Amino acid sequence: MRNKLHVFIKQFGLPRIIIVSFLLSLCVLAIIYNLSIAGLLSDTLVRTGMHGVLVLAMVPGILCGIGLNFGLPLGILCGLIGGLISIELDLVGFTALFTAILVSIPIAVVVGWGYGILLNKVKGSEMMVATYAGFSAVSLMSIGWMILPFKSDEIAWIIGGGLRTTITLTERYDKILNNFAAINIGNLTIPTGLLLFLITMNFIVWIILRSKAGIAMKAVGDNPRFATASGLNVNKYRIFGAILSTVLGAIGIIVYSQSFGFIQLYQAPMFMGFSAVAAILIGGATVKKASISHVFIGTFLFQGLLVVALPVANKMLTEGSLAEITRIIVSNGIILYALTQVGGGE
Amino acid sequence: MAELIEVNKKDSVLDKIKKFALNNMVTIMFVIICYIGFYFSNLTFAFFINDLITRIARNSFLVLALIIPVLAGMGLNFAIVLGAMAGQVAIIMVTHWGIVGWQGFFLCVLISAPLAIIFGYLTGKLLNKTKGQEMITSLILGFFANGLYQLVFLIMVGSVIPMHNETLLLSSGVGLRVSIDLTGGLKYAIDDLLRWTFPKTLMMLGSASILIGGFNIYKYIKGVPNYLKGKIKLRMIGYVLAGISLVIYSIIITNSNSLLNNIKVPIITMVIIGLLCLFNIFISKAKIGQDFRTVGQDRHVATVSGIKSDKVRVTAIVISTLLAAWGQLFFLQNLGTLSTYGSHEQVGMFAIAALLIGGASVTKANIGHALLGTVLFHTLFIVSPIAGKNLFGDAQLGEYFRAFVAYGVIGLSLGMHAWKKQLQSRRRLS
Repeated sequence: MRNKLHVFIKQFGLPRIIIVSFLLSLCVLAIIYNLSIAGLLSDTLVRTGMHGVLVLAMVPGILCGIGLNFGLPLGILCGLIGGLISIELDLVGFTALFTAILVSIPIAVVVGWGYGILLNKVKGSEMMVATYAGFSAVSLMSIGWMILPFKSDEIAWIIGGGLRTTITLTERYDKILNNFAAINIGNLTIPTGLLLFLITMNFIVWIILRSKAGIAMKAVGDNPRFATASGLNVNKYRIFGAILSTVLGAIGIIVYSQSFGFIQLYQAPMFMGFSAVAAILIGGATVKKASISHVFIGTFLFQGLLVVALPVANKMLTEGSLAEITRIIVSNGIILYALTQVGGGE
Repeated sequence: MAELIEVNKKDSVLDKIKKFALNNMVTIMFVIICYIGFYFSNLTFAFFINDLITRIARNSFLVLALIIPVLAGMGLNFAIVLGAMAGQVAIIMVTHWGIVGWQGFFLCVLISAPLAIIFGYLTGKLLNKTKGQEMITSLILGFFANGLYQLVFLIMVGSVIPMHNETLLLSSGVGLRVSIDLTGGLKYAIDDLLRWTFPKTLMMLGSASILIGGFNIYKYIKGVPNYLKGKIKLRMIGYVLAGISLVIYSIIITNSNSLLNNIKVPIITMVIIGLLCLFNIFISKAKIGQDFRTVGQDRHVATVSGIKSDKVRVTAIVISTLLAAWGQLFFLQNLGTLSTYGSHEQVGMFAIAALLIGGASVTKANIGHALLGTVLFHTLFIVSPIAGKNLFGDAQLGEYFRAFVAYGVIGLSLGMHAWKKQLQSRRRLS
């Protein structure tokens, strides 16, 4: 029995056990403090759908061998451009949402292709280079947001140059997926459209991973030497993975924005990659292994933790930002844990 | 390999220049950017020099703290953030106790040391578990530690840790204020001990340089056998000449009504930075420095030759973290305001960007790189907002450009390094 427990702890990972038990104790506290469980659950569902696609973007990156894709901001920036263009074209509703996605995909493909080439040149240090590629792209685009010639009043400052820091989507596609066929059961609201979209995206990725290219990509990520020996072009499939990840990042931020109700420009995308990385790691992925189920489990757990922590922390302490601090510690802690598992040492 | 050596022999002057330019591309590019920025900012030279001296005194220490882990092959230590935190903990304690001036500063040095050593030890242990991914680990570790730091100072101080201080705590009695003013306390604790005017500093520097050069040349002329070798002899003559010109220049400034006369240089801080440089040279020549380099070049060779490489790596990080803690003390006593939750956040990034701009890489860094990089990076800091405002009518643009440059330089340099490594290993295979 003890042996089994030991094996279980080793497989599941100590940090995950800590996180899950932390979440459970938070839930118990929530019940004690008489918080609305249904409300918390629907918040968690919304936030799972909101972050889900961004987390999904990690899967192709991990599988094709470039590791945790800290360069997610690159994809996010592409998505933001798409979102802005659809507003500039004065579109509303689902047309606007899908135009944003359709416009951002080709941009993301080009960016992802370049990104893939970059990562092929820096094998072994992908994560570090990707982090800084993301950071510098965000700062470069901050300059870009100030000088890009968007005209719409909703996007640009009326006086002075540059785009607004946050752009309200109320009259465009605010929560359009969330509200699509939403089901209300008492206090519990299920954002059907949002979850359906997430499931569809996951399904598409699942199919891609089972296609010929997907299997080849997994082989390349699993064992590059073996893949080369069996005649696969390693670099090509790594680029494929990078493109897929970037495109998913672009779609992810559009879904995120519609659920959030705002498009955030400038420095906002800087650290979004880290949350996504943390979420998939909490779901059970490692630097080398990830699956669709990890996306669901990880996003649900991570966002659930954040959703429950906020009101509970506010009940316990009226001041301070305990929930934010929890997020920082949990997300970076799990990334550190994953890095120690890469098989350091010799 | 044989081919390569032969090609090297035939290098013409032009090739040499080309090679120099290629190896120092980042630095050269920066000199150009800084010059353009300076030109468009329309700053007066005196104002610029004043700002630059302040910033050199403020930041060099932190940049110098990065050198030793690079020698030990651990790359750029983003975890100096932890050192900075140790420094800030000490400052918060000393400010709370109300000890001011250099005594307070000295107490900070004493308190931060054990903290920094503990943090450094833990960092080193962690980095030993993630060999090959040290930099990303130290980066994330910085973020993680920041979370713990906030937990302690935002939530626990006043609630779990008893502390009563109206000026430091938020009005609710729990958590520290976002910014703590050090004026009248630790501000300028070291800087104000001794300040010389700019020309006086130049004159002293020039005199010292003449003395060193002159002494060595005198000894040579007196006929101490084999005292100076050709190259060093030239260098000594150079010292004397540079010293003379500095002295002349300082006399010219003193006798003009240039604004440069109003600049006050914090001498003690500068001397301490100089001593740290000497310490770095000393340590890299000592036995432990050899160990660092052996471990840095090849861990297996080091292990075979009886060096405990894990222990050496931990030592390197401990020294770096300790220096970073003290560096943060110097930084904050000059700045005069402790931004409780922000001062340490960007320390790692800015120091690393500065070091890389000076021409260092992931595997190679020395004092020259650190000092040159500090000068160049902070020149950019001074000029870019003003140049951005003058060119585009918006200072924010300059700020973004600066951030882009800092991130871009780090990314580029990491990328170049990884690419070179990949090319090398491919060459070895074929």
